[in-house]
Amino acid sequence: MKKNLLKDALSLLLVLGCILDTRAQTDLDAIMMNKNQFCSGLQFGSSSWKNYWEGTLKRNNENLGTVSSTSLMWMANYGITDKLNVMAGAPYIWNKASAGTLKGMQGLQDLSVMVKWKAFNYVKNKQKISVFLLGGVSTPLTNYVADYLPLSIGLQSTNVTGRVMVDYQYKRFTITGSAAYIGRSNITIDRNGYYDTQLRLTNKVAMPDAAQFQFRTGYRGRYLLAEAVVTNWTTLGGFDITRNNMPFPSNRMNATTAGFNLKYTLKSYTNLSLLASGQFTLAGRNMGQSNGFSTGVFYAFYFNKKDKK
Amino acid sequence: MKKKLLYIAFLAMGTYLIIVSCNKQIEGRTDNLSALKPAKNDLNAGTWKPILLTTATEVSVPAPIATTSPDYRIQINEIKSWQEKITAEEKALVKYWSAGAVLRWNEILRELVAKRNLPPYQNADGTYPFPDASNPLAYPFFPFANPPYAARAYAYVSAAQYDALVAAYHYKTQYNRPAPFAVDAALNVLIPKSDIPSYPSEDAVVAGAAAEMMKLLFPADQEFIQKKLEEHKRARLLSGANVRSDIEAGENLGRAVAQKFVVRARGDRAGAAAGNAALWAQLENDTKAKGEIPWISLESPKRPPMLPLFGKVKAFLFDSVTTISLRPGPPPSTSSDQMKKETEEVYNFVKNPSREHTRIVHFWADGAGTYTPPGHWNAIAADDFITMNLSEVRWARNLALLNMSLMDAGIVCWDTKYYYYNPRPSQLDPRIKSTTGIPNFPAYISGHSTFSGAAARILGYLNPAKATEYDAMAKEASNSRIYGALHYRSDCEVGLTVGNNVGNYAVTRAQGDGAGN
Repeated sequence: MKKNLLKDALSLLLVLGCILDTRAQTDLDAIMMNKNQFCSGLQFGSSSWKNYWEGTLKRNNENLGTVSSTSLMWMANYGITDKLNVMAGAPYIWNKASAGTLKGMQGLQDLSVMVKWKAFNYVKNKQKISVFLLGGVSTPLTNYVADYLPLSIGLQSTNVTGRVMVDYQYKRFTITGSAAYIGRSNITIDRNGYYDTQLRLTNKVAMPDAAQFQFRTGYRGRYLLAEAVVTNWTTLGGFDITRNNMPFPSNRMNATTAGFNLKYTLKSYTNLSLLASGQFTLAGRNMGQSNGFSTGVFYAFYFNKKDKK
Repeated sequence: MKKKLLYIAFLAMGTYLIIVSCNKQIEGRTDNLSALKPAKNDLNAGTWKPILLTTATEVSVPAPIATTSPDYRIQINEIKSWQEKITAEEKALVKYWSAGAVLRWNEILRELVAKRNLPPYQNADGTYPFPDASNPLAYPFFPFANPPYAARAYAYVSAAQYDALVAAYHYKTQYNRPAPFAVDAALNVLIPKSDIPSYPSEDAVVAGAAAEMMKLLFPADQEFIQKKLEEHKRARLLSGANVRSDIEAGENLGRAVAQKFVVRARGDRAGAAAGNAALWAQLENDTKAKGEIPWISLESPKRPPMLPLFGKVKAFLFDSVTTISLRPGPPPSTSSDQMKKETEEVYNFVKNPSREHTRIVHFWADGAGTYTPPGHWNAIAADDFITMNLSEVRWARNLALLNMSLMDAGIVCWDTKYYYYNPRPSQLDPRIKSTTGIPNFPAYISGHSTFSGAAARILGYLNPAKATEYDAMAKEASNSRIYGALHYRSDCEVGLTVGNNVGNYAVTRAQGDGAGN
């Protein structure tokens, strides 16, 4: 027992020591909670960028220096059945720039609720294919300022996400691919008019929808999960930041990132899981070339003794 | 069964998603205006006092051909043949332009200001390039339509339109040519029938004056301006409000009157307002010699101060001696307790800004990439003038009064800024971060406050029912600069007063221009 604890502690250090990504979003992985399991956790994330894409032109900005974002996110996941999970999350975010005179912003951002359904499952020998359908909504919890990019903490739109995910597993080796469509509502900004590609005499901004694609592969063990992840976010519309202009919420923001996820469940105390992830940006448009990491702790409650492993 | 329900649930979700994502249309406040129906026709406007023209007849307009002539018949038939094959797009054009010529060209101008209001990116050696009017499409594009540039642009376009309309109304009454629908009762009219004579077309006068003036001010956008001009003229023909000769005479008159303003603009000293390195150094040294801390650019790399000689530009409402007499006394010394107190006040506002204060800061910020504070006041004025059902000539007169106030407020403000060369709060106290971009010029007096004070005063005269409201808006715009940590209280309070004083000159002019109220 004591030996296990020591081993766990070492693993914990290892995991926390890995400085990289942000989100170990459970809405993007192929792991389900069993019926009546509830887990909740906190995740700390940090990311920053010095270079960004002004349209497609990569540049830096001495009046921003390095723009950094720190977040503390609450997350929860509940197994309604073994095949149907509901999950929720909400981050508090602090953004700031290291140079220039612009004041940083902070606040509670959006609440997201997502339903995850393991719709299809096929097992043969040691191979397994599963198909997941996910649907969810995210909406701002506070009236934070969206029109203050790159320092605003979010974009204020209410998003509806639909995602299809396919997971293939052979023994401990897994490949997961997913595609999501994110419908975004119009937002209201504090100005009475603005220019995107034409003069708009309104405080409403039409937010283009977005698509997200993710590919992840790696090892999925009983206690350790380790994956490499590539993610692409593509805004379906929007406009480019013009030369030396400020960004705007309805810009065509695209990013392709690569990173890894680690999750470790303590052998000695399986209620507790530790997460770490890291990512860097390979390509982008109207966004910062952000690098980041996150670490988190999850605690699982087993309401139904039968389900306890 | 359960599975079926889930499938249905996800299907419903997908449908909802599609609905949410398709319903994105946003509507601008003036996108669907009904056609302008002036409460009074102001047919005596030919007697109103012009701004630059010595008389309404300074530019001659030839007598129109008789409405009984075969040529006129041909022009009527042209309208009919256009109308027969009118497309949905053309109908939309007719509707768009029917809301008012002066309004639409003011919006076009605001759009160009917003598009061109971008500070140039630095050179590799940390200096900054300057836009070149003779090569407007090479980076940095010409112009950088910053607030002084924009204020001047709004003033020239509005003033040229007003003078051109005064002349047009003179010829309208002189020639008294009836509108085509009055000549041919069988002609379809797609907009409200106007009872004023149609030669020369007031719409074409406004469009011609705007296009000619904007050729000088926004040379990189010629194609866009020309396209709007053609659309406007086509809309008037299609609507049955004017025959081609009404339009041609109008456009020619508008352009000829605007030429007079172009000549003035070329000689109003704005072209030299950027100054040079020697001047920038001198401003700094002179301020030090007075024992004060001089303004320094808070940008990196340090950008030369914006248009330090804009205070020398020739104002519309008063002469250069008056410009100097309108300059207020000095700000609190940078070493005074008063200045310390005011800096501390700014710090306290921005340390933990309230959401409401940030809303106010952003509502009035009108920074880079926007139509600037003068453009914001044009938007406010236009929204109200729409409800007042003004004639085209009164629209032009009111906007000319507003925009001459704004330009002249800019001149007095810039004269003051570079006379005192006072630092921004963030320069005196580096703890102070702003909640919107800090403009690259000295603090005293606040540009937003001066512009707003001038605008509120003249708008309060033109629309007395909202005078108190305009004052409250100006006060809020002024305060927004303290909340956002761009200015000290004295910059804002004095700026507002100076703006009011400038606005009074416009009120005096308005009282004597023969337009009544």
